[in-house]
Amino acid sequence: MRYDMSLPWWAWALMGAGLIAFIAMIAASIRRNNGVKRSLFAAPYTLWMILFTVVPVILIAYYAFTDASGAFTLDNFRHFWDSNYTKNQLYASLGPEAAAFITRGTVNVDTLVYSLWMAFLCTVISLLLGYPAALFMADRQMKLGPSLVVLFIIPMWMNFLLRTIAWMSLLEDQGLINQFLRWLGFDGVKLMYNSGAVLLGMVYNFLPFMVFPIYTVLSKQDPKLGEAAQDLGCNELKTFTKVTLPLSLPGVISGITMVFMPSVTTFFIPRMLGGGNSMMFGDLIELNFLTEGNWNVGSALSLIMMILILVSLSILRKADPKGEGGGMV
Amino acid sequence: MIKFLKKFYLSIILVFLYVPIIVLIIQSFNAGKSRAKWEGFSLKWYGELFADASIMNALQVTLSIAVLAMVVSTVLGTLAAIGIYSMKKRPQAMMMTLTNLPNTMPDIVTGISLMLLFIFTKVERGYVTMLLAHITFDVPYVILSVLPKLKQMNKHCYEAALDLGATPTYALTHVIIPECKQGIITGAMLAFTLSLDDFTISYFTTSPLVQNLSTLIYSKARIGIEPTLNALSALMFVALLILLLIVNRRTADNSKA
Repeated sequence: MRYDMSLPWWAWALMGAGLIAFIAMIAASIRRNNGVKRSLFAAPYTLWMILFTVVPVILIAYYAFTDASGAFTLDNFRHFWDSNYTKNQLYASLGPEAAAFITRGTVNVDTLVYSLWMAFLCTVISLLLGYPAALFMADRQMKLGPSLVVLFIIPMWMNFLLRTIAWMSLLEDQGLINQFLRWLGFDGVKLMYNSGAVLLGMVYNFLPFMVFPIYTVLSKQDPKLGEAAQDLGCNELKTFTKVTLPLSLPGVISGITMVFMPSVTTFFIPRMLGGGNSMMFGDLIELNFLTEGNWNVGSALSLIMMILILVSLSILRKADPKGEGGGMV
Repeated sequence: MIKFLKKFYLSIILVFLYVPIIVLIIQSFNAGKSRAKWEGFSLKWYGELFADASIMNALQVTLSIAVLAMVVSTVLGTLAAIGIYSMKKRPQAMMMTLTNLPNTMPDIVTGISLMLLFIFTKVERGYVTMLLAHITFDVPYVILSVLPKLKQMNKHCYEAALDLGATPTYALTHVIIPECKQGIITGAMLAFTLSLDDFTISYFTTSPLVQNLSTLIYSKARIGIEPTLNALSALMFVALLILLLIVNRRTADNSKA
């Protein structure tokens, strides 16, 4: 089957012009016989990033500070602080009967606080579960490291939505866990559609992102440091708290970032496992954009979220000034 | 004893990670449609899979976008990494900020910002826009895997090549690129995997008419996932696993030789 590759003519023209300009630049610099000026190689990428990352971010800011007609306004942020702002406006225009139909139309700080709290819990749990795992993986005597890294990556190849849905079939009232409990003679428990289920789904999905950076830092650590500490009279516990743990902090910070950020903004997991009872911030943004078509408010929310994340990242960076935490694996 | 406890802990974590996947694979062999009840072994969903036009279509979209995005972002990213590497300090720092910017943005914001760009420029969302979005989020990962290899490279290798009469272009293709080959491969693999698994950004940058597997699954999640999708992901999972084993076998052979 063929896909509609249609883009407006100017988009193709722009891309063509960019490509030709790049080739011309390289050709000119070869001809001048001083070789290719190497830094020019980054030109197409720079253009690409400006067009597809910088401009879109500016657009978000633009929509966040304008109303539907394009005039400057701060109303979108007022929606955020005043949880009844939208509701009251709608009441004013539609009358009190409309109230019954407006259930999810409010935008409020509660959702943000709830998301931050959930993301915080998810990060803490992932850290508590992931740190020992990374530590044992990096244990040189057990020689497990590289093969275990692969074992941690493999689950991520299964589509993330399907994995979350698979949890549903484990947790639901007629699900496998409850069937097992009933078979043992217990009563079934309600596992789905609550914050606990959402938290489980988040930890499940993001745990590897905590384990990898910590493992990377730990496995690069010089084993002689630990040995030296023990020679100097530290016991195992003290070696860990005085040497291993402080040196692994860059990995921990990188792990925290990699878990916290996606967990504040996830919207699929709460929608599936939380059953829509507990809205999270990503949910709210998606709702504003796609269900309500209110791009201005949605943009304001995205902007608030971006700023929050940038602030928390810069605080975390302070703790890891050299950026040693590295990324994945 | 302690060793055993450590292993035990790791196995519990791994069981936690693998349980849903095992459940998913078992479900794909279930004769019935129910998620919880076992109605006998059957390969029926695997048969139906290939007859389902919407799934086959989504598979094609997913794979073609993953391959195209991988190729474009690898070329773009490798060139950019070499460019950034040879820059002076100030512009280099600026480029690194630009490269790290998408990493500090949550997926949903990236997706929405691109959606706004396409709406603002009146570009209809569909296959091409999804491809552009995938390339956009892939490139920084390629750069971040190639750049460290360039920095590890011995600077004098390049100068030595020039002294021995290589043209800068020849030195580039015969010294620099081979030196960071491993990084390029890692970057390409990462790009492919990320593109294959992406849901959020695809969701905002495509139209309901052009769906990849993730958006298809999402649109069906409410009504109930058909076991055919489980069958498909089980197949893809096994395919990737076999690929991994082959790659591992080859690298093992290489290191022996």
